[in-house]
Amino acid sequence: MSGPGLYAAVAVRSFRRYSTYRAATLAGAFTNSVFGVILAYTFIALWSERPDLGGYDVTTAVTFVWIGQALLTPVAIFASGAEADLVERVRTGDVAIDLYRPTDLQLWWLAADLGRAAFQLLARGLPPTLIGLLIFDLRFPSNPVTWLVFLLSVVLAVTVSFSIRYLLALSGFWLLDVRGAQTLTIVLSTFFSGLFLPLVIFPGWLKDVAFALPWASLLQLPADVLLEERTGWSVVQALAFQAAWATALLLLGRLVLRVATRRVVVQGG
Amino acid sequence: MSLIEVDRVSRTFVVRRKTSTLRRARQVVRAVDDLSFTVTAGEMVGYIGPNGAGKSTTIKMLTGILVPSSGRLRVAGLDPSAARVELARRIGVVFGQRTTLWWDLPLRDSFALLRRIYRVPLTRFRQNLDTFVELLDLGDLLHRPVRQLSLGQRMRGDIAAALLHDPDILYLDEPTIGLDVVSKSALRGFLREVNAERNVTVLLTTHDLVDIEQLCRRVMVIDHGHLVYDGELAGLHAFGNARRTLVVDLSDPAPPVDVRGATVTRVDGPRQWLEFPAQASAAPIVAAVAAGYDVADLSIQEPAIEDVIRQLYLDRR
Amino acid sequence: MADAPALGRARAYGLLSWMWIRSSMAYRTSFVILLTSSFAITFLDFAAILIMFASVDRLGGFSVSEVAFLYGSTSLALGFADLFGGSLDRVGARVRDGSLDAMLLRPVPTLVQIMADQFAIRRLGRVLQAVLVFGWALATADIGWTWDRVLLVPAMLVCGTAIFLAILVLAGAFQVLASDAADVGNAFTYGGNTMLQYPLTIYPTEVVRAVTFVVPVAFVNWYPALHILDRADPLNLPTWWQFASPLAAAVMCGVAAMCWRAALRHYRSTGS
Repeated sequence: MSGPGLYAAVAVRSFRRYSTYRAATLAGAFTNSVFGVILAYTFIALWSERPDLGGYDVTTAVTFVWIGQALLTPVAIFASGAEADLVERVRTGDVAIDLYRPTDLQLWWLAADLGRAAFQLLARGLPPTLIGLLIFDLRFPSNPVTWLVFLLSVVLAVTVSFSIRYLLALSGFWLLDVRGAQTLTIVLSTFFSGLFLPLVIFPGWLKDVAFALPWASLLQLPADVLLEERTGWSVVQALAFQAAWATALLLLGRLVLRVATRRVVVQGG
Repeated sequence: MSLIEVDRVSRTFVVRRKTSTLRRARQVVRAVDDLSFTVTAGEMVGYIGPNGAGKSTTIKMLTGILVPSSGRLRVAGLDPSAARVELARRIGVVFGQRTTLWWDLPLRDSFALLRRIYRVPLTRFRQNLDTFVELLDLGDLLHRPVRQLSLGQRMRGDIAAALLHDPDILYLDEPTIGLDVVSKSALRGFLREVNAERNVTVLLTTHDLVDIEQLCRRVMVIDHGHLVYDGELAGLHAFGNARRTLVVDLSDPAPPVDVRGATVTRVDGPRQWLEFPAQASAAPIVAAVAAGYDVADLSIQEPAIEDVIRQLYLDRR
Repeated sequence: MADAPALGRARAYGLLSWMWIRSSMAYRTSFVILLTSSFAITFLDFAAILIMFASVDRLGGFSVSEVAFLYGSTSLALGFADLFGGSLDRVGARVRDGSLDAMLLRPVPTLVQIMADQFAIRRLGRVLQAVLVFGWALATADIGWTWDRVLLVPAMLVCGTAIFLAILVLAGAFQVLASDAADVGNAFTYGGNTMLQYPLTIYPTEVVRAVTFVVPVAFVNWYPALHILDRADPLNLPTWWQFASPLAAAVMCGVAAMCWRAALRHYRSTGS
């Protein structure tokens, strides 16, 4: 088996694998819900002082919180998606075996990560959203097209996130221990994805910078699509922005792997 | 004096088995079931059995990691789970599959740290270290981080680490697994020496029967949580479904002899092979053959221990 | 232990932590990145609050300095708790790979070994940032300093650290039994910390009651802070609650120690 069939099988296997971590999934969904409640009240306090802050009203802001908690794990804003295994394989040197396989390393792990994300979108995305709906007044679109475009945007978000985490894993060829780089990745993606504070309320130039960085693709853009803050041409722009970053970062990943492979060969393992 | 006393000890686990996509059945598994034995100071005992028979569960209870569900345990006079920390000073444990040394530290530093953790007096520590460095050939390895050691080198390091604080008892779990023939033999020599010179009591689990043959006079076989054999290694020959063979040389070729209690498995000219249960006495069979046939020569073949064990494992599957 | 148990434990903790510090120095580049980024992560965390105050003057009736006081105090408490006990979130991983067994075989209390396990000096990054924020808050907030307020500050930090540590131990004990449920602890530690960074006046009274009577994290900083900042208690509890943090910390630590022991007695050691 090769070609698209193989990668589909990898994704399915990854989906199944993550579905076996029951306790972890339950514990995670609980944590997402707790954070959702805390952040929602913070945002309510904030928006009650400034009801039109960042162009959101209070309902939009609270809905944003819960979209954030639902997407946090599928999009792997805190890293540790499927790339965690690749990190380990690079550390132990097992990756050398993968390099001799007739499969594409990047596509293989991307497929695995998409399978993981699909499971976690269901298992880690839905429960907190239901909790959020129970406690707060949330606003979700009724137009099915919005939901479809949102899903597409989430797939792109996972891809951008993966391409960054893939680079992180490859950094293990140079760094003996990638935990430092990993923490750095988590810092940047937490802050610049808008997880704890939507990018729309960032002041002046910081907002412009944040919206130009790849991390805007992870949460702010999909959320704005679902909140219908972006409509028409603006949606197309958002998707194009995500796709551009995904392509650029995936290509960079291929380049880095080539350099890394040469390094492995030169060092003889 | 008994150093280890195991009196009617059981340990059960509750497992949840997936019976369908949603349902899970609760099941009680008896990993160790009404187990009793004692080990005297200075003994070197082989503890064998198929995977999942209850070997590690027993060792984990003896070291205090697991609390028994019922029964009474005493190791060096202590209740292992209640006095785990105190007992830890008196035992050494080596897991063949994984190291307890610090991965990124040179071997020497791991040893120094263990000295402080176990509070080994400096002079005693130096003596021990010198002895082990010599006997286990650790000299060149001391400055290397554990992650750079080969499996055999690491195992040597682990065994030295387990003995630095002069434990009374040494538990070894598959110490020779994955080692080459030379390393295995060196390790066995070292263990014999430790047992003889330092009077360390050794409990050894292994899949390699050569370990047992070369090291242990006494062997215990556990299966399904029960002790099914406890005695001298030699006695294992007569154990279970093992069979002995009576080789008969008749004066002339003949059809297979017909004797009660034995069956002919092979005929080669005048020579015939008769199998009979290992526990049965050979005398009546020999008498019957001699009475009915003209016998030139007779000999009895004992089963190889490997075959006995293999048979044992096969039967229980 | 031969000598005073507490001293022996502290000594063992020191030995093991020092060993891990040396281990992490083996990867020097990574170590530097770790220290910097853990400082950065907490800096960006506070930046989020500053960004909020760029748009508003008060949040739940508290000024930016007062919120910084709350933020700094809970971050310091969590920072210290994380410095000493952050490795407790790896208990589950230790159970799964079987290395908890090795710890149980050493003549040092398992909790001490777990807490010293992978001791990471980089965690000082969070403490450092919290010190800066808290220092700035003390300098700028409008506090009428009296001797009881002065004394309450260190008491608050010590008790807060103890409460967070107790939660870490509880979460660790839970992982002994459910090895892949590390995340539950995060809900209470990081969740509690995030919550306590803001005045509890922004939450409904049910939530404030829950963090007072069920999981008493409000004693980490909120009740002492009410006295120090001279604020009215939204729950109208008696004034002595604002001095009750030591009691809450003692109860939490007692419960945590009991649960930890119970968990080890029920340990199944199924790791490979």
